[in-house]
Amino acid sequence: MTKNYNFAFLDEGSKREIRRASLKAVAIPGYQVPFGSRELPIGRGWGTGGIQLTLSLIGPEDILKVIDQGSDDSVNAVNIKKFIQFCSNVETTIDATKASIIQSRHRIPETPLRNDQIVVLQVPLPEPLRIIEPSEEITKKMHGEMDYSGVWLELYESLIKYDRITVSSDYPCNVEDRYVMNPSPIPKFDNHKLHEAECLYLFGAGREKKIYAIPPYTKVVSLSFDDIPFEVESFENKKCRLCGSTGVYMDEIYDKETGEVYYQCSDTGYCSMTRRKTEHE
Amino acid sequence: MNESPVLKVDNLTVRYHDGCPYCLEGGKLEKNRCPVCGAVYAVNDISFEVYEGEILGVVGESGSGKSTMMKSIYFDQEITAGNAYLGTYHDGEKDIFTQNNQQKRYIRNNIMGMVYQNPMLGLRMDYSSAGNIAEKMLAAGNRNAAKMASRATELLEAVDIMTSRMKEAPRNFSGGMQQRVQISKALANNPSILLLDEVTTGLDLSVQAKVLDLIKRIRAKYRISILLVSHDLSVIRMLADRTVVMFDGKIIESGLTDQILDDPQHEYTQTLVYSLL
Repeated sequence: MTKNYNFAFLDEGSKREIRRASLKAVAIPGYQVPFGSRELPIGRGWGTGGIQLTLSLIGPEDILKVIDQGSDDSVNAVNIKKFIQFCSNVETTIDATKASIIQSRHRIPETPLRNDQIVVLQVPLPEPLRIIEPSEEITKKMHGEMDYSGVWLELYESLIKYDRITVSSDYPCNVEDRYVMNPSPIPKFDNHKLHEAECLYLFGAGREKKIYAIPPYTKVVSLSFDDIPFEVESFENKKCRLCGSTGVYMDEIYDKETGEVYYQCSDTGYCSMTRRKTEHE
Repeated sequence: MNESPVLKVDNLTVRYHDGCPYCLEGGKLEKNRCPVCGAVYAVNDISFEVYEGEILGVVGESGSGKSTMMKSIYFDQEITAGNAYLGTYHDGEKDIFTQNNQQKRYIRNNIMGMVYQNPMLGLRMDYSSAGNIAEKMLAAGNRNAAKMASRATELLEAVDIMTSRMKEAPRNFSGGMQQRVQISKALANNPSILLLDEVTTGLDLSVQAKVLDLIKRIRAKYRISILLVSHDLSVIRMLADRTVVMFDGKIIESGLTDQILDDPQHEYTQTLVYSLL
């Protein structure tokens, strides 16, 4: 059945263009490389940037993991996984240590990743300056001149209004003291995983037609004021009700009937792997 | 006098259209327009200096090139020819017009402060007033939130805006208040020169008086040099130490303000002064 499609759905020319854009992105960490976003069987803005990156990277030997907000089993993750498998026949997994390509939306896996792994992140809004400047022509110039006062102003405004920085996801970072970038809507809890990482991160925005990258061992610093340190979500004294993990990013689940509040790992793959391990012991 | 100027402008020209052999060779223009090719010389070969702590007034009718001149100095407008030097930028040895965009941005943010006639151009209307001032400081590389907040308080107090309204957006303010926020924003990084483009135009008389009084106080307090563009001679009379008169893109007369107003030499200046009754 897959024979009716080219391997990994896209034609070879398209894949080559996406790879070229990816290589340029790796060469200039944090810089948004424009690319001709292709039509896919799903609408733009539904993970199409990530899917195109994955399709351009994947080979028969690869093992794929797809997660959506940490979950391997959510509708989007399952459908994307099925689609890629359908047109490439690659093996899939929920084990982050086994996967060679991990496509994700809104989370970076808890398990530290290796340098033979690639994380593909889906990006809705790649441009950190868009919120203060609607024109692409001008934001390009602003990047060129490192004019990032607008991004800082956004953070400062939230300090003025709420006495703290309220940005909780897609928290802007500075890459190699050059480009300011949106790390995609990962919680700021995950921002440190981009810094000096072993794996390659690729970011794809299908609707906005941009690709950017954080290659291994890149300096990625979350923006913060001198007198107000960067803080992440704290899950102190909380542990996962399923696997017992601590120090990971957790979902809060509220039981309407009993009024009880539970915490459990947002990364479901990590959670089940931890449980499997403890069951073996 | 041996002191070096804060701002020195040499032979500044802004021409729209390429020009033709006739006007490029200095042929006679029809007002500021070349009769042969139609090129408009908005600013035509003007030179002047602003010294420390001085207010230099620029007066002239609409279309005389005042605002174009101001915009060129603030890099809002491409120039055709000329040089400009700032005393605090490489000791006044580097022509600011030939600097790259990054350097120009540095100059705009650190050495010059601009107040536009229309506050919409100088302010982010939907951001808080304190945020507006902070934006300038952030652009200059300041990353200390507490320092920026205290500077905003200090400056807004200096322009008589209640600190209780610091968190409010200028959109909610009256025209005079917006203009005062704009002035405080322009002062955020202690610039060595303040460019004021028709700051009181469009404000009613009592508010005008307040803003003018504020400019006087600011000059006294910060010892800042000011380049003041206005079509209003009474504003010039009240504030400027020296004045240049522009007409058809050229400076036709310059000197001490009192001298120019009491004893105008050029025909146009005479008309201008005598129409002020």
